[in-house]
Amino acid sequence: MSARAASGLAPPALFGAGVLVAWELIVRGLGVPSIILPAPTAIFWRLAHSIPTLAADFAQTIQGVVAGYAIGSGAGLLVAILVDRSPFLQRGLLPLGNLVSALPIVGVAPIMVMWFGFDWQSKAAVVVIMTFFPMLVSAVAGLASAGMMERDLMKTYGASYDQTLAKLRLPAALPFVFNALKINTTLAMIGAIVAEFFGTPTVGMGFRISTEVGHMSIDMVWATIVVAALAGSAFYGIVALIERRVTFWHASYRQGGA
Amino acid sequence: MKNVLPVTIVVAALIAIWYLGALYMNTALQRDVFANAGRSDYSLGDLAAADLNMDRPKLPAPHQIVAELNRTVFETAPTSKRSLVYHGLITLQETLLGFAIGAALGVALAILIVNVSVLERSLMPWIVASQTIPIIALAPMIVVILNQFDITGVIPKAVIAAYLSFFPVTVGMVKGLRSPDPLQLDLMRTYCATRTQTFLKLRAPASAPFFFASMKIGVAAALVGAVVAEVTKSEDGGLGARLLAGSYYGQTVQIWAALFAAAALSATLVGLIGLADRIVSRRMGFAR
Repeated sequence: MSARAASGLAPPALFGAGVLVAWELIVRGLGVPSIILPAPTAIFWRLAHSIPTLAADFAQTIQGVVAGYAIGSGAGLLVAILVDRSPFLQRGLLPLGNLVSALPIVGVAPIMVMWFGFDWQSKAAVVVIMTFFPMLVSAVAGLASAGMMERDLMKTYGASYDQTLAKLRLPAALPFVFNALKINTTLAMIGAIVAEFFGTPTVGMGFRISTEVGHMSIDMVWATIVVAALAGSAFYGIVALIERRVTFWHASYRQGGA
Repeated sequence: MKNVLPVTIVVAALIAIWYLGALYMNTALQRDVFANAGRSDYSLGDLAAADLNMDRPKLPAPHQIVAELNRTVFETAPTSKRSLVYHGLITLQETLLGFAIGAALGVALAILIVNVSVLERSLMPWIVASQTIPIIALAPMIVVILNQFDITGVIPKAVIAAYLSFFPVTVGMVKGLRSPDPLQLDLMRTYCATRTQTFLKLRAPASAPFFFASMKIGVAAALVGAVVAEVTKSEDGGLGARLLAGSYYGQTVQIWAALFAAAALSATLVGLIGLADRIVSRRMGFAR
């Protein structure tokens, strides 16, 4: 398996390295001004020399991301379980949830900044709203996904609603829940960074990007973007790893695993 | 259509909650206003009525937003900078231009990826990984970079919109073009179909549902991109610029009106694609 994984990783790794080398050569060779596009080495030099600033920005932004992500996803799941008991609410809420998922919710950022102040709480609020609806819609679909046969089996066991929920329907909903959790990692990062465009204490990744763009120090902007990209991928990776552990029984992992 | 009644009731409940929330959130502020005006003889009814009609409330009541929308959409000339139609059209232009570019690029790249296996193995992991990156962080920088080349106005924002809509379209279309199962592909092979024929007669039609699904995500993403880009460069107007101006001057009613306009725009665009989806899938004979 490890040899196979390695051969699967080689082409994208080569491609990525090739892009970096080409980028470096083009920037150096054509003398592209660093205001337009800094070379990768310049970006990493800047990154290595600004670690305290970048770490402080990261710490500030991640508070809003994690708090908002946990509250938004948790509330979405809870409401889904509540709504699940009432077909009427399901039919009333789901079309709205689908609609809201398509709306530019980041626009509520200025309102949240007014309500909750400049600090991370307002960012968390934006993230809560952004992550709530994808989770609601996915979890309701997930709770409905347990098969009729299994439900009938639970009934023949004389299982109560709670038992059926805990032992059959919630586990069956897990793949859907994790799907929403994965989508929400990106949404949470986007929400927190964009909310910082609307005002922060003078720290945070979104704040750094918007001010350094103003100062034309584009290498710092790129360094922040590298941090944001790494943080976003790591966040996603962690959730995907947990998913693999928790839903190891699901068809998408059974083959080719172990 | 059976959903109309439940949706109506839920929406009515939400509006009721909204009014309660507006009362709750604005009361302290309005008490201060009364205190500053030296009034202490107001009844609870006066207070509630004033709460729902403040100039700069913490949470504007729905009827205030409707009034603001009515004033800025219908009663102001569309050429005026105070008109939401004026700003909405700017955003719409950026969104549509960006979406057209992004969707075309996304579909083209998906076709390439499905046909060239080297590309698939080297490029696809990056495209999937890029989904986990908060791409929107690039928006302010793209505006500045394009500014260096004297590209201003609608184009930089359309580029960001294109950039945001491009990735979901690529991922969705690769999935769609891959969706025919091996049995069908084998059948094409027994027919001696060429690659082009397989593509035109099997892969392309099979990808139609994925095409529309990714167009919906793409157009919504394009609108978000356009709005965020307008926030970072607000001189040129647009709904994002209205949001920013509203937040500078504490004009909450204006923010909410811009937000609702953006939401309506997004819902309309997604709805139009949904309509096209329904027409096309009916003509193609997908059972619905």
